[in-house]
Amino acid sequence: MKPSTAYSQYHPKWHRTRVSTLWWSRKWSYLKFMLRELSSVFVAIYVVILLLQLHALRGGAEAYLEFQQWLKDPLLVILNGIGFLFVLFHAVTWFNLTPKAMAVRLRGKRLPNVLVAAPNYAAWLAVSALIVFLLMRQG
Amino acid sequence: MAETITIEVTRYRPEQEGEPTFQSYEVPFSKDWVVLDALNHIKDHLDGSLSFRWSCRMGVCGSCGMTVNGEPKLTCATFLSHYAPGPIRVEPLKNFPVVRDLVIEMTDFMEKLQSVKPWIVRRDDPAPEKGEFLQTPEQLDTFKQFSMCINCMICYAACPVYGLDPQFVGPAAIALAQRYNLDSRDQGDQERMDVLSQHEGIWGCTFVGECTEVCPKNVDPAGAIQQYKLAATQDWFKSFLMPWTKP
Repeated sequence: MKPSTAYSQYHPKWHRTRVSTLWWSRKWSYLKFMLRELSSVFVAIYVVILLLQLHALRGGAEAYLEFQQWLKDPLLVILNGIGFLFVLFHAVTWFNLTPKAMAVRLRGKRLPNVLVAAPNYAAWLAVSALIVFLLMRQG
Repeated sequence: MAETITIEVTRYRPEQEGEPTFQSYEVPFSKDWVVLDALNHIKDHLDGSLSFRWSCRMGVCGSCGMTVNGEPKLTCATFLSHYAPGPIRVEPLKNFPVVRDLVIEMTDFMEKLQSVKPWIVRRDDPAPEKGEFLQTPEQLDTFKQFSMCINCMICYAACPVYGLDPQFVGPAAIALAQRYNLDSRDQGDQERMDVLSQHEGIWGCTFVGECTEVCPKNVDPAGAIQQYKLAATQDWFKSFLMPWTKP
């Protein structure tokens, strides 16, 4: 969009308020948005840890043991704990937003929001159950 | 003596002061009064120099949008009793230049609104005597929600993206573009896509979602923009994978 010129030539002195850098800190809904954006950083950290894990796996038993030791570092445990909360927040907020992005219609009627969001949770539960099953079988 | 409530109103008189200030007024407190009634009471009985826009008093014209205690609201639909015992702070809509007191400059919005062609675009444009365009209730239902927009700009005041980047086309204009895209009688979606596929169009939106929260007519601009993004992405993939289908 080009800036407006129609009324800007002879206008009286307008007052413009600058948006503060901390605009997101004054309202819970804005803060929630920023936390949701920030959560992507923790998703990325998870991905990096997973890649490191794969790398260690490729390096043989000793390298993998070393990697496991590294994971037990209290700092990393704390980071993982915070990361887990953020990734949960990331998943829940985005799942809840799906009905906004997808107007699913069935026989001409729009499906209720709950029904659009629910399959996400169902898939999440199914994948988690599968992982738990695989881990238990191994153990 | 009747009960009163304090209203703190933004005053900005560019010929007198460089920065806006607040002025307090005591107005009668009545449980069926809205903020706009209080402003009109000030204008009629206490201070005739106060400037603000209003027209219909019933949530249809979209003129009386202001910031009430930090939230963008239609002042004709915002009751004093909700904020009792006060004080109530009334400021101009955020994210717009202020011309005077509570009056904001809206040319930017008007130009953006026009740029998305919020009217029915037809390639063939048949003469009226050829008959009307029929539409089923189901077809009407796909866009009706978005057609309830009254251009009050409350969504722009709530949108941090518009506040930080005034080039952003903004919630109401995109919702109205989507309203016509979804209309079975319209053929202008490609023309609108040319404007809205720009960075300042749909992709400028980071889905804060506050536009939908504050909308007094339940238009859901955030939903409209995300659905638009989805359609644009599908279009792009389709034209990439099947270039021969491109219109």
